[in-house]
Amino acid sequence: MVEITVSLWRGKADGSYQLYRVPQRENQTVLDVVTWVQRHADPTLAYRFACRVGMCGSCAMTVNGRPRWTCRTHTAKVVKNGKLQIGPLANLPIIKDLACDLRPFFEKWQAAKGAFTPGLTRADAIERIIPHTAPRLAADAAIECINCAVCYAACDTVRWNPDYLGPAALNRAWTLVNDVRDTGQRQRLQAVATAGGCHACHSHQSCQQHCPNALNPTASIAGLKRHTMTAYLKGELE
Amino acid sequence: MNVRLYVLQRGSAALMMPLVLVHLAVIFYASSHDLSAADIFARTRGSAFWGTFYALFVAAAAIHTAIGVRVIVAEWGGLRGAAPDLVMWSFGLLLAALGLTAVAAVVLA
Repeated sequence: MVEITVSLWRGKADGSYQLYRVPQRENQTVLDVVTWVQRHADPTLAYRFACRVGMCGSCAMTVNGRPRWTCRTHTAKVVKNGKLQIGPLANLPIIKDLACDLRPFFEKWQAAKGAFTPGLTRADAIERIIPHTAPRLAADAAIECINCAVCYAACDTVRWNPDYLGPAALNRAWTLVNDVRDTGQRQRLQAVATAGGCHACHSHQSCQQHCPNALNPTASIAGLKRHTMTAYLKGELE
Repeated sequence: MNVRLYVLQRGSAALMMPLVLVHLAVIFYASSHDLSAADIFARTRGSAFWGTFYALFVAAAAIHTAIGVRVIVAEWGGLRGAAPDLVMWSFGLLLAALGLTAVAAVVLA
């Protein structure tokens, strides 16, 4: 039986990597490897997953030094010389082992005004959205984010600047800036135009390099920079 | 960096682009025509055009560089709170003072 030597992060921030030997199988994902360790080697291993099909965004980890969604990453693609290293996502506090505290990530979504601000009530007719307008196309290009925090873990600016809202939150803000139904635009543009907002981005493009859904948050952030700059020059922002 | 600093930094960069090109052209002209220091001073002393040109250049460079240094000391130097702004203002004013002194020496008789 072919085995993989798996190096797994154990403990909190001051923890260390420990070795496990896991049977290698066909069509085996990195999440399968982690699950095997918990079921057969050490039931105290902590990690997070839900859907296992690349929709929920729960299972992202650092695999051989780069952030990945583990449920859609096959071991055949990432195992090198029979070895695999799996750690928690970077740029987030470690709760235990492979599970990170995602509160800073989602608090920044809120700080970026990432919630839809409706202008109609349930008594009003549903607003028609024309699918081929430029704003809708821009929103659609960025809408498929699954909140996995891979981009957040990959971002240099997040690592350097604790106030930076991060690629996912700003990408979400960009989808709403392009949503003609939303009525919270001024507050949103103000939120992403302050220190730690879109202008902190250095356009390193690690977010789009690592995004498992092939989104381009750098382009979304560039869009926010254009919108906020125009609004500022018109005197609409402080 | 907020939107105000972003506009100032990008705006000063846009302003410097043509200024740098003219500055390079001046260097090439002076070196290809073997102009001495006295020849150059004869052209620049009392010149409102060159005074304005290089004063603008100095102002744009001081603004652009100081904002960039502010980001570097915050992100790589770990400075927080008011410290990055203090570095930005100090560095920008120093650059402006040095640059304007040089401009004055070249333009004023």
